Amino acid sequence: MAISRRKFLGCLTAALGTTTGVGALAHAASNKDFKGYPDSFGVLHDSTKCIGCRKCEEACNTVNELGKPEKPFDDLTVLDERRRTDEAEYTVVNKFNGVFAKTQCNHCQEPACASACFVKAFKKDKTGAVIYDESLCVGCRYCMVACPFNVPAYTYNDPLTPKVTKCTLCHPRIIEGKLPGCVEICPKEALIFGKRSDLVKLAWTRITEKSDRYIQHVYGEHEMGGTSWLYIAGVPFDQIGMREDLGTTSAPELTSGALASVPIVVGLWPVLLTGVYAIAKRKDKIAKEEQETAVQDAIDTATEEMNKQLAQLKDKMTKEQQTAVANEVKKALEEAAKKAEEEAKASEEGDADPADAASGEEEDK
Amino acid sequence: MENNSNQPYNWFTPFNILTAVVLGVGLVLTIARFGWGIGAVTNLDNNNPWGLWIGFDLLCGVALAAGGFTTSAACYIFGLKRFHSAVRPAILTAFLGYALVVFALHYDVGRPWKLPYPIFVSQGTSSLLFEVGLCVFLYLTVLFIEWTPAAFEWLGFKNLRRIVVKLTLLLTIFGVILSTLHQSSLGALFMIAPSKLHPLWYSGYLHVYFFISAIFAGLSMVVFEGSLAHKWLHHKMDDTHLSEADGVVLGFGKAASFIMMGYLGIKVIGLAVDNNWHYLGTGWGAWYLVEIIGFVLLPAILYSVGAREKKLKLIRIAAAWTVLGIVLNRFNISMIAFNYHLPAADRYFPSIPEIGVTIFIVFVGITVYRFITAKMPILYEHPEYKEEH
Ligand code: SF4
Ligand code: SF4
Ligand code: SF4
Repeated sequence: MAISRRKFLGCLTAALGTTTGVGALAHAASNKDFKGYPDSFGVLHDSTKCIGCRKCEEACNTVNELGKPEKPFDDLTVLDERRRTDEAEYTVVNKFNGVFAKTQCNHCQEPACASACFVKAFKKDKTGAVIYDESLCVGCRYCMVACPFNVPAYTYNDPLTPKVTKCTLCHPRIIEGKLPGCVEICPKEALIFGKRSDLVKLAWTRITEKSDRYIQHVYGEHEMGGTSWLYIAGVPFDQIGMREDLGTTSAPELTSGALASVPIVVGLWPVLLTGVYAIAKRKDKIAKEEQETAVQDAIDTATEEMNKQLAQLKDKMTKEQQTAVANEVKKALEEAAKKAEEEAKASEEGDADPADAASGEEEDK
Repeated sequence: MENNSNQPYNWFTPFNILTAVVLGVGLVLTIARFGWGIGAVTNLDNNNPWGLWIGFDLLCGVALAAGGFTTSAACYIFGLKRFHSAVRPAILTAFLGYALVVFALHYDVGRPWKLPYPIFVSQGTSSLLFEVGLCVFLYLTVLFIEWTPAAFEWLGFKNLRRIVVKLTLLLTIFGVILSTLHQSSLGALFMIAPSKLHPLWYSGYLHVYFFISAIFAGLSMVVFEGSLAHKWLHHKMDDTHLSEADGVVLGFGKAASFIMMGYLGIKVIGLAVDNNWHYLGTGWGAWYLVEIIGFVLLPAILYSVGAREKKLKLIRIAAAWTVLGIVLNRFNISMIAFNYHLPAADRYFPSIPEIGVTIFIVFVGITVYRFITAKMPILYEHPEYKEEH
């Protein structure tokens, strides 16, 4: 179902008729299994129809109140420069060898920016738009690192309220039932708004029907998990500044492995570390115990040795003492015996001559 | 450097004058940054949202502060008590390192007053940056608590000190978990951008590479910082510190050489898994080999020679070399090999004021380190608490 301005309103009612408050149903597109909202919208850019008139840039400028541009929008010389999206231009058209390519946020099905943002400032909305909430943004610019299409820009020269800027898919207008500014203004219907699933079909119909005019590739159908903006062109996309080496892996999948290791680390480390600690502790303890036993042994041996020596010493000493005593006693006894003998002798001689006895005693001395 | 005699302190040493100049210039740049915005002082642009302030201040800052968790884990968990005197200086450097990282982030992010948002207001749990932020926040708290005993000793709060010392093991385990998580997540940050980072540096193992390289970065930083401190703060060190220092250098040197060899091994496995051999023949390949051989393999060999022959000087040189290698690796991933596909005109090179702010932040760190080591028992043990370990 190709969608022009006229059919759009009906389409919107059909898609959103059963739900109320689209904005309120916004989800963070961080779930790994999330493959985009089935009835979300998108835009198909047919590069073969684009004439590089820059009307879409102008409409974007008006809708988003981006202020007076450096060069007026009817100045087509800027097409010769290579430009990217920034705070003043949420969309730019570039010319590559006469072929035009339009750049703006691709509103990825699983946006890298949303997955990267650490305050959930980006949300993939049910309409398909990836919307940014300035009030949460810290300004770390990780979203800009993450975006594979180099879309988000930052207002680096604003000291107080710097913010990330990018295309909103005209989310406020879609909610009101209007078309995105660029789609509405495009004079060549190079931009087609509709349900993404319908646009994929439309794109394939076009490129298969006129296979000589188109490259057989719908850019955005699978790139980085798929995007809400889709592109078909007559030349290979890498010749019009679009990378073809992005792969089909979505951003959340790229980092899911690293994120999955968190519970493993949290769960296993304490166990392992406590184990290591216990082993180290036990080793310490055993070493200490061994040391203690060794010391005790040494002490024991030493004590024993000493006791032995002491005992011997004591023994020796006692013996010596005994001998000494015995000797003394012997000596004393001998002396006593001698004395008694002498006395006896003296008493015998005394009867005869006491003076002799006295002199004899003196002689003894 | 500090006056330990009665003569008046000489403020006008060349280093102090340099410090004063750097801090003065930093102040002017700070006014410019917050008065006129990030664009007024940096070369950052929409294609290059991250520059020197992330590449050096955040990535290198965090990697080089890994000495805190490696040293305390070696001492308290692996029971290598002979590294005990190295723990305090390592914890201090880590704490200062992380504090500076957070300080530097205030310059880099657009609205620094919202830095608590990811933790307290809106948690973007799918983001690796959220993991980094949360872990850095928690780990900074852990490091702060681990460091308080030094402050309590200085202030004489014995009871508080005793309570914190009792928590050592728990804090150390926490520290290791949180460090594992955020060191690896810093690498994983770049896993979301395979199209921007050169395939030689991009890998599904980026988080593992970052974690392992952080371990030897931390060990090297402890050795490197130790040799600087020995040169300039020798008089602040006690005999235990001095006598254990050589053992720390030897042990860390040996450990670093082992881990670096392991790191090289998984790097090669990574090349093989992604089958990236053919890139080695290109200019990027040559640059990659400069990093891998010139700044990982060679210092690793120097480390092991130094450790085997017990040549402290070699180990010290290897440490400084490894630190340079880590800086090179982080620069490659965040700046040099990032956006490699952009035309030369769109590539990033830091502006002079940007470099100035980074130097300013480093000097703030050195000044605070000097103040703390002068006042608190970091490089020596407080006489009253010598007995307990
Ligand atoms: S193109 Fe970039 S900014 Fe837009 S939704 Fe995708 S990742 Fe986000
Ligand atoms: S700059 Fe803002 S929106 Fe982008 S990731 Fe950081 S906080 Fe989120
Ligand atoms: S308005 Fe349409 S034709 Fe004109 S530049 Fe934009 S997309 Fe192309």
